[in-house]
Amino acid sequence: MRFLMALYEIFTNPQFYKLTLTAATPFIFASLGGVYSEITGVVNIALEGIMLMGAFFSIVFTFALGNPWIGVVAAIVIGLGMAWLHGWASIKWCGNQIVSGTALILLAQGVTGFLMEPIFGQPGQTDIVGRIPEFRIPGLANIPFIGDAIGTLSPLIYIAFGSVALTWFIIFKTKLGLRMRAVGENPEAADTLGVNVHMVRYFGVLMSGVMAALGGAFLSVGEVGNFRELMTGGRGFIALAAMILGNWNPVGAMWASLLFGFSEAFANQLQSSPLLHVSSNVKPLFNMFPFVVTLVVVAGFIGRTRPPAADGVPYEK
Amino acid sequence: MENAVEMIDIVKQFPGVLANDHVTLEVRKGEIHAIVGENGAGKTTLMNQLYGLLQPDSGEIKVFGKTVNFKGPRDAISVGIGMVHQHFMLVSNLTVAENVVLGSETMRGIVFDLDRAKKEVKELSNSYGLLVDPVAKIEDLPVGAQQRVEIIKTLYRGAEILILDEPTAVLTPQETEELFEILQKLKESGKTIIFISHKLNEVMEISDRITVMRLGKVTGVLEKKRTNTREIARLMVGREVVFRVKKNPGKFGKTILKVENLWVKDNRKLDAIKGISFHVKEGEILGVAGVAGNGQTELVEALTGLRKPEKGRVIFLDQDVTGKAPRELRNLGMTHIPEDRHKYGLVLQYPAYFNMILGRHFKEPFSVSDFLNQKSIRDFAEKVFKEYDIRPDDIRMLGANFSGGNQQKLVVAREMSAEPKVIVIAQPTRGLDVGAIEFIHNSILKLRDAGVGILLISMELEEIFTLSDRIIVMYEGEIMGEVLPQETTIEEVGLLMAGHRLEEVRGHVS
Amino acid sequence: MRSRLWAFLVPIVSVVIALLLASLVILFIGQNPITAYQALIRGAFGSKLSLATTIVKTTPLILTGLAVGFAFRAGLFNIGAEGQMIMGALVATTVGINMGSTPAVIAIPLTMLAGMAAGAGYAAIIGFLKAKTGAHEVVSSIMLNWIAEYFATYMVTVPLAVGMGTPKSPEIAPSAKLPPLLTVQATELTSGILVAILAAFVMYIILEKTTKGYEIKATGFNPYAAEYGGIKISQNIILAMAVSGALAGLAGSLEVMGVHHRFLGTLSGGKGFDGISIALIGQNHPIGIIFAALLMGSLRTGSNEMQFVGVPKHIIIIVQGIVIFLVAADRIVRTVLIRKRVKSQ
Repeated sequence: MRFLMALYEIFTNPQFYKLTLTAATPFIFASLGGVYSEITGVVNIALEGIMLMGAFFSIVFTFALGNPWIGVVAAIVIGLGMAWLHGWASIKWCGNQIVSGTALILLAQGVTGFLMEPIFGQPGQTDIVGRIPEFRIPGLANIPFIGDAIGTLSPLIYIAFGSVALTWFIIFKTKLGLRMRAVGENPEAADTLGVNVHMVRYFGVLMSGVMAALGGAFLSVGEVGNFRELMTGGRGFIALAAMILGNWNPVGAMWASLLFGFSEAFANQLQSSPLLHVSSNVKPLFNMFPFVVTLVVVAGFIGRTRPPAADGVPYEK
Repeated sequence: MENAVEMIDIVKQFPGVLANDHVTLEVRKGEIHAIVGENGAGKTTLMNQLYGLLQPDSGEIKVFGKTVNFKGPRDAISVGIGMVHQHFMLVSNLTVAENVVLGSETMRGIVFDLDRAKKEVKELSNSYGLLVDPVAKIEDLPVGAQQRVEIIKTLYRGAEILILDEPTAVLTPQETEELFEILQKLKESGKTIIFISHKLNEVMEISDRITVMRLGKVTGVLEKKRTNTREIARLMVGREVVFRVKKNPGKFGKTILKVENLWVKDNRKLDAIKGISFHVKEGEILGVAGVAGNGQTELVEALTGLRKPEKGRVIFLDQDVTGKAPRELRNLGMTHIPEDRHKYGLVLQYPAYFNMILGRHFKEPFSVSDFLNQKSIRDFAEKVFKEYDIRPDDIRMLGANFSGGNQQKLVVAREMSAEPKVIVIAQPTRGLDVGAIEFIHNSILKLRDAGVGILLISMELEEIFTLSDRIIVMYEGEIMGEVLPQETTIEEVGLLMAGHRLEEVRGHVS
Repeated sequence: MRSRLWAFLVPIVSVVIALLLASLVILFIGQNPITAYQALIRGAFGSKLSLATTIVKTTPLILTGLAVGFAFRAGLFNIGAEGQMIMGALVATTVGINMGSTPAVIAIPLTMLAGMAAGAGYAAIIGFLKAKTGAHEVVSSIMLNWIAEYFATYMVTVPLAVGMGTPKSPEIAPSAKLPPLLTVQATELTSGILVAILAAFVMYIILEKTTKGYEIKATGFNPYAAEYGGIKISQNIILAMAVSGALAGLAGSLEVMGVHHRFLGTLSGGKGFDGISIALIGQNHPIGIIFAALLMGSLRTGSNEMQFVGVPKHIIIIVQGIVIFLVAADRIVRTVLIRKRVKSQ
């Protein structure tokens, strides 16, 4: 009974929906990144690492130059750099894409941990350095309930949803998108028609770097305003699951990300619900929740969704 | 008359093989020119250079009298060359129109104009009689339609010279006739056609002139009207070719394999085999003819334990073996030679002696209380290598390093030396040269004479006619008819392959 | 033989390149790479204490390296060694705590086997999911890693908790503790190292001499041909993952039984991920893995010393990342080597 009441409290609280959107945003960014890369046929599991680098360097540049938006730009640049490394190893050198991705995750963890002391003087986590202020949409914010839920949000959240639309447009309505889809499915066919397979794949991989880095930047300068070691906490992998669940389609990935954001927000609210008196010792069990959901999703849906046929297969002439 | 294409003194070297050895080719404008040769003669390599996919190491290429230097297919396409490859270059989850315009998309602002693409495809389709549906997805189309899409792709880009690489490999005799009609129409509208093939009968039918290649060199340029298949074959192979192997009269025993009302679904959950029944006797070769994709793959998988049938029974020596696992079937005496030796036949990264025991690796004497007995494995491999004359005589060499013909011999040797009672053989001579083909055909006949029941699935009608004692034809998962090779013709079998039932076909005898 | 040596050259050169690149990073933060590497070597091998510490650190790394390497041979990427190690340690702890009255002769093997079984079972889940649903083992492993970590945190914070400060479990019974080989100051050189080397030997035998090894390798090289040859693919995938998990679980058990004598904090601290680098550097071969583990163990031990000269120990993670990156794109290194050979001719 108590449980039902707690549920009611959670779902009728407009803040819950804001929390869902906030939690979903990193997933949206990163899963879009996954889509860009894999739809051209390059597996990119380094999203977790790129997110971490994005989160870190956006704080570094905000710290150095005082403006969190510069931090966001810095994150994008770093994301491009990391993605370029992955592309270089996978496309030009036809390396094992999964191992390359793992390497980049390790590099990200190493570099971000390594630079903590030299730059910030302390390990573990930084002080609050600066964050992107929330933006209040005048008309929307005044509507009861809905306004409280989504009227005042971080601009990056709007950018995230905008990116979904933009990505959908690029992939399905432009000639670049047609070529991306062809290259991921049958690169040889595209090659015989004069499409530059490597260039198209580089585009996909680089865009995935931009998106993942934005996701990471949101976690730091978009939400809390500081950086904590390993703060991405596995979100890059959950984003991969969202991509799979969304059937490698940007809109599908968005819905899946919302689902995962929902489960994260739900677990949090449940845990801190005053009605349920959940002890903080049980916190780890709640933290498990999104991962269990991901596992169930991946196991249940992978058979029913269809990756691009050339996904993960390097193209050689 | 000007030459459409001149390839002068072309040299192309790959690691370990000189694919084109000072090759010169002349194709006149408006003619249908065939390039023939065995597998590995260098025909496709030569054409890939004409299409810009490869660059020659030395030599000159001229198109319509002008010297060209192609850096990629785009350059070739821009001077009017189009190519239809042996393995179709189509993106299966995109539509016909999308496939046709890929790489040369027309734009409307920043959006690419799909509607215009569809219209243009429809126009081309009508002008040349190439019937296709612009909005159909490639993966839903039959093979013949896919080939028409490939041809439209070249015409869309303004091809004046069309290169077709083994276009009839996947067609029924009737579809081949339709293709030839299309080619004639294209020739009449002034197009030049280059046609790679190893099917000499077809080459004699459709081409004007023929260039014969062997081991990277040109061995002859012939006018169709003044030559015959024997001369071409001799130039292809370098010696007199015997077209049929010697087959002893059949000594058939009891029925050893029976299939009753078999229903099998494919990977897309559709019925690939719809209630077929047949039997094979000891010492008999039952040939299964049919164009690729009509259920043969699923039939082989069902008979070898890799796919469970939905309904029906497979009976081996009075025992119901429906749905049993590969290992059990092998133990009972049913083995098979798979159609793709790289994918299903060999573990390329294993040395030959390990490949030799695959399937029996857990049995004595190769395995003793779960440990491998290296000596007995190696002794066995040495013995088999000598028996089947596998070259080079090195059992330690990795599977990947043997030539195609010897790789197939490895697989054949392995399965036949297991002393099977029934053997299912799929596409045994695909991609092999004449010498290897002869050897394998003789091996199959030897097994037949030893009383083994053989199910032979092949897309080469010649092979089916040469080896089979009886022939059944599959079309869309059903058997269209059963005939004896000495009582039928290629045309009749062709009709069966195209979906006509035997009763219809024989009933139409005028 | 020649190609075998060649195969070892690539990882060695990768490590050298990685160390060189890491020197650049060290320079970047204004420190001296030479002093840093000197500190590293001193910290790893400079004294009896450091040697003992290096060997203690190497022991679990041999096992996680074997775990990942074995899975690679079967064509699987077991990133889940981390989670399997945790689960193995957890179960070993639980069993070890209750071994009070059992003699050591039984308690030790029993505790070890319990940990191995837990690791095997946890890894089998990944194999099962891959075989039955096609779920890629990378994503499911990583999910299970996080789940294991949170689960373990919960277990030592609530049911098994003892004392204050870092969450930890009660000590295991004395009869379940691994006897040390020798004691140097406060550090015991656990006999776990012997178990690890034995495990490497067993792995070699299984892969090269047994029928099962033949089947597992065939499945890894070409599952289609293996299936055609009558090998049951699903079975072998699950089996290979289970063996892999057992090795990782053993790593966790030995940590509990020989080093901490209890489940401490998060116990694993990245050793599962180290296993990946170790397997790649060691080219999935038991001997190579032992050497790679020694390399990694000395890096980890020595990096503590590096901190005293102002180089954060994260540099080691960076080195690892570079090495794995180069092994992934091994053609880069091969091309470098080939160019050097051509130039010298």
